Amino acid sequence: MPVADEALLRTLSPVVIGILVRRGAAFAAAEDAVQEALVEAVRRWPDDLPQDPKGWLITVAWRKFLDASRAETSRRRREEVVEDEPAAMVGTAVDDTLQLYFLCAHPSLSSTSAVALTLRAVGGLTTRQIAQAYLVPEATMAQRISRAKKTVSGVGLDQPGDVATVLRVLYLVFNEGYSGDVDLAAEAIRLTRQLAASIDHEEVAGLLALMLLHHARRAARTGADGRLVPLAEQDRGRWDTGLIAEGVDVLQAVLPRDRLGEYQAQAAIAALHADAQTAEETDWVQIVEWYDELVRLTGSPVAMLNRAVAVGEADGARAGLAALGSLDPSLPRYTAVAAYLHERDGDAVTAAKLYVEAAALAHSVAERDHLTRQAARLHAQQGRSSASGST
Amino acid sequence: MAKYLLLKHYRGAPAPTNDVPMDQWTPDEWTAHVQYMQDFATKLEGTGEFVDGQALAQEGSWVRYDGEGRPPVTDGPFAETKDLIAGWMVIDVDSYERAVELAGELSAAPGKDGEPIGEWLEVRPFMGEPSTITE
Repeated sequence: MPVADEALLRTLSPVVIGILVRRGAAFAAAEDAVQEALVEAVRRWPDDLPQDPKGWLITVAWRKFLDASRAETSRRRREEVVEDEPAAMVGTAVDDTLQLYFLCAHPSLSSTSAVALTLRAVGGLTTRQIAQAYLVPEATMAQRISRAKKTVSGVGLDQPGDVATVLRVLYLVFNEGYSGDVDLAAEAIRLTRQLAASIDHEEVAGLLALMLLHHARRAARTGADGRLVPLAEQDRGRWDTGLIAEGVDVLQAVLPRDRLGEYQAQAAIAALHADAQTAEETDWVQIVEWYDELVRLTGSPVAMLNRAVAVGEADGARAGLAALGSLDPSLPRYTAVAAYLHERDGDAVTAAKLYVEAAALAHSVAERDHLTRQAARLHAQQGRSSASGST
Repeated sequence: MAKYLLLKHYRGAPAPTNDVPMDQWTPDEWTAHVQYMQDFATKLEGTGEFVDGQALAQEGSWVRYDGEGRPPVTDGPFAETKDLIAGWMVIDVDSYERAVELAGELSAAPGKDGEPIGEWLEVRPFMGEPSTITE
């Protein structure tokens, strides 16, 4: 199926689920029926794209729902399903989509379950695609989704939801990046755009801006050999200026409203990086101020750690190390930050030792390799300087 | 969302609490043990946390490259090797705490007298993807 058709199909998923629910289907049954219809569309549309894709999907999904209901009804020897299509329709497709976001990120779900359910029901991905993206067996993902649906079965689509939990789920999807043939980062952006179209909320815009600004740097983040390229060393010519401009626009539209949140603050930091033509031109003083806001908003130790890096750039490595000194050394990436700041402070011996320690603590291969290379670089320099010192 | 390896050892782990070798179990004790392991895997499939589970034979050899155009050298098994992996289970869970909870449950598989073996399992996190948003 052409990519455009698949994107269209996936956009229709939450809309059609909403329509089935308004016709009287329970969410779990509606979601199953739409998933089956999507699978059929993936099979049939490439040869025979319907004139009215949305109408086609509604018809097929409704038929799937009725088939499943009849099977269920006869199994239970009961006949209480209404088969005719109710005419009464309240609400709009936009509301339905928003309500579906709330339901799939319901606080009763674990983050793992909420992510899976959101990608399937709102994102219209198949169970197989989600399983591949998260590298688990399809049966495992099917169980995860089915349990998630059971968990929220008592929650109506009309109940008020919390935008913060939805944003958390989308943030997690985005941060997972790219694995398998599903581009989770692009999918997260699509879902956040769709959410932004459903609700006017500063933090939704903030998260969208944050994603766009980071996505803009994706090509530059990885070297040809797959290695991580740190921000300061990235070829800024490879940054996607279109995405940066869009991210900055989205952010600038909401910042003046003065309803700051963690995503807007993070997006502001990303925008300041994007604004610098070279790493040296980065406005670290402003970045530190935004980290102060972020720490004030979240109290997050990770934000404090990143703040220490920014302080190191704005006020010198000593100041950065002082900021680091008040933090818990067991924080993820603490040792890597300490190594970096010690090197900036001119203490290559301590830095090399810390880079080796940080590599042993890394939780991704790319980070481990990056830190090991840093240690190797310093060791090689030390080897050269001690060799020249002895002659 | 994080994957963990629950690693089971033939040798090399500290002594379990119910330290009676398997060759001294009764057939019923064996049946109960195998049933427990199967039920555990089935439960994890049901909760959507199961990724993989495999058992390894005790035998094995060491293999290494031995230069261009030469066949690899094989050696062993080395009887003195202290650490011998028996098998593993890979789980995909919400948190480290959940991984530890499940490992504790797996370690409670019954052995002699139907009592939990209390075998030590190694819990190792998988390397993940680096997060996209880092600064």
